[in-house]
Amino acid sequence: MDFLIFKAPMLMVQASLDGILLGILFALIAYGMALQWGVMNIINIAQGDLVILGGYIAYTMYLAGIHPAWGVIVSPIIMYFVGWALYKLVINKVVDRDLFISILATFGIAIVFQQLMNFIFGADVVVAQSEYGTTMLFDNSVTLPNSKIFSAFISVLYAIGLVIYMKKSRLGRAIRATAQNARAAKILGVDTEKVYAATFGINAALCGIAGALISITLTLHPYVGLPYTVRSFMIVIVAGLGNLPAVAVSGMGLGLFEEFADYILGTEFRIGAVFMLLVFILVYRRFKLSKKREYLK
Amino acid sequence: MVKVKQKDLVLYSGLIILGLAAPFLFSAFKVQLTYLCVLIVLAMTWNLQGGEMGYNSFGNILFYGLGMYLTASVQVGMFFPLAEWTESGGEKTFVHTTAQYFQGIGVGLLVAAIIPTIVAGAIGYAILGLRGHYFAICTLGLGIAAGEIAGGIEIIGAGQGFTTPPFPAEIVDPEARGKFFYFLSFIVLVLAFVFVKYIYGSRFRLILNAIRDNEDKAEAMGIQTMKYKIVGWMCSAFFCGLAGGIMGGLIGYIDSTDVAFDGREMGVFMVLMAILGGKGTLWGPIIGATLFHFFKEGLWTFILGWQYVALGVLIVVIVVYFPEGLMGWLREKYPERFGEVIDDKDRKAQVELK
Repeated sequence: MDFLIFKAPMLMVQASLDGILLGILFALIAYGMALQWGVMNIINIAQGDLVILGGYIAYTMYLAGIHPAWGVIVSPIIMYFVGWALYKLVINKVVDRDLFISILATFGIAIVFQQLMNFIFGADVVVAQSEYGTTMLFDNSVTLPNSKIFSAFISVLYAIGLVIYMKKSRLGRAIRATAQNARAAKILGVDTEKVYAATFGINAALCGIAGALISITLTLHPYVGLPYTVRSFMIVIVAGLGNLPAVAVSGMGLGLFEEFADYILGTEFRIGAVFMLLVFILVYRRFKLSKKREYLK
Repeated sequence: MVKVKQKDLVLYSGLIILGLAAPFLFSAFKVQLTYLCVLIVLAMTWNLQGGEMGYNSFGNILFYGLGMYLTASVQVGMFFPLAEWTESGGEKTFVHTTAQYFQGIGVGLLVAAIIPTIVAGAIGYAILGLRGHYFAICTLGLGIAAGEIAGGIEIIGAGQGFTTPPFPAEIVDPEARGKFFYFLSFIVLVLAFVFVKYIYGSRFRLILNAIRDNEDKAEAMGIQTMKYKIVGWMCSAFFCGLAGGIMGGLIGYIDSTDVAFDGREMGVFMVLMAILGGKGTLWGPIIGATLFHFFKEGLWTFILGWQYVALGVLIVVIVVYFPEGLMGWLREKYPERFGEVIDDKDRKAQVELK
């Protein structure tokens, strides 16, 4: 335990800014999860591994000499097809089934992804250098890597783009219709199978963007996918499905929590704190609902 | 207590004789046999609340890891300062005598059985109020959080791990260690089987099944569901703790995320084995665990490096194509053998509906 952060206001500013910028990134991943959860009613444990895969695509570009920031355009395109293929191979068989089956099946996918990434990209912790430099604030007492600002900006840009796309385009409307009532949408001529595949693809593409941004702001490692899954799951259960402002706010809240936990508990307990927070949020909501004799659905 | 039929008596005595003779028959595979016993115990007790109660937990690994750390800590802490042991290769400075070793592991296993049970009871009220996938994800988080937190605690070795006391050097017989751990796990297996068998013949199982099938209705019928859910989970925790304690001694080294709170391997294995054999049956998890172990050991040496890929694919295939498991498939095929009477008219009607 270390409460230095509460004595030094500059550390507090540093942690808050870091947390908020990080949180925007988490919100982007969570939005993808909310989308596919709402539309297809599956929980994708492999979400975090899709993120990491997207990151490795950007990292590969970096190794090939291309600036990794271009990854935010290339990675979602590749990831869309990865997601689409994944849907056709496995996910379409678990859509209408029990949620537990989708959890286990995607858990299996997650293991496969982790191991394949381990083979292809190696087990080292890697980072793609964006060489954007840092911004110094408040007399150089707060340092802010420009890559983080860039990543938050891109996340917001893509999120806005996606919201407009979902509102205006034909596919977006079909997706929303399917989310409301899959059967009615089918009757009215929506090809739900196609909609599901597209939804999963869009989700994977969002993961790809987030991954590319993570590759320049944070670090990549084949086995760090699960914390991203849990973070996005947490954001979704706090914010609810299909509520983008709430997703953004709770994403930032989670980012803040993590940065403060990092300072107070120490870096070795950071991931542990995230998982414990998940447990506490679920238990808190369970007690709150049980007063009304209800339970989380 | 447990009523045993004449036919079953032959089967059980046969199995027990086989179990007792196994380390002598397959002398080279004692460690594998111990693993098998532990896997069966884990699958069987997971099935108790995953299959019978319908609460699919990814978090039983929590009790397993807890049991592992507790056994080792007690075994060391009873005789030597724990902090110095874990700090820098303490196993070289401090040496357990034979009596100390066995006393230590005995008390350690006792603690490893009791504390996880209490933990399950303590957190049960909060966690078991969640249902379905929320419960699954919550327990998944719990298991991983435990691993991450254990990896940051200095006194149990933190990230560098914890070496459990080595088998006393005074015992010269090289076979002794393998036999000791095998029989230990076999005793736990028999205990677990008798216990689960007893539950299968009791009212308790019917209550668990009622909770699985429709919890609200079970509650409306006047069953205090929460009480039974907690007891069900505590039963699992008891045996998970014991299994973890044995595995800690057998492996000889405890790492926070790769051995103890190993959600990626053991935590998934127990779910997978129960599903492979058939959830909600007495023999399903046993058959599933045995098949899985043979598959794993037989195949993994040939595909070294690719075993996790194979494991992931296996999970997907089993879950997507055989969610009912082996016993479920047999039940579908030969319902009469499971004591189900099916009316011919009913069957025809079912076919027509399809």
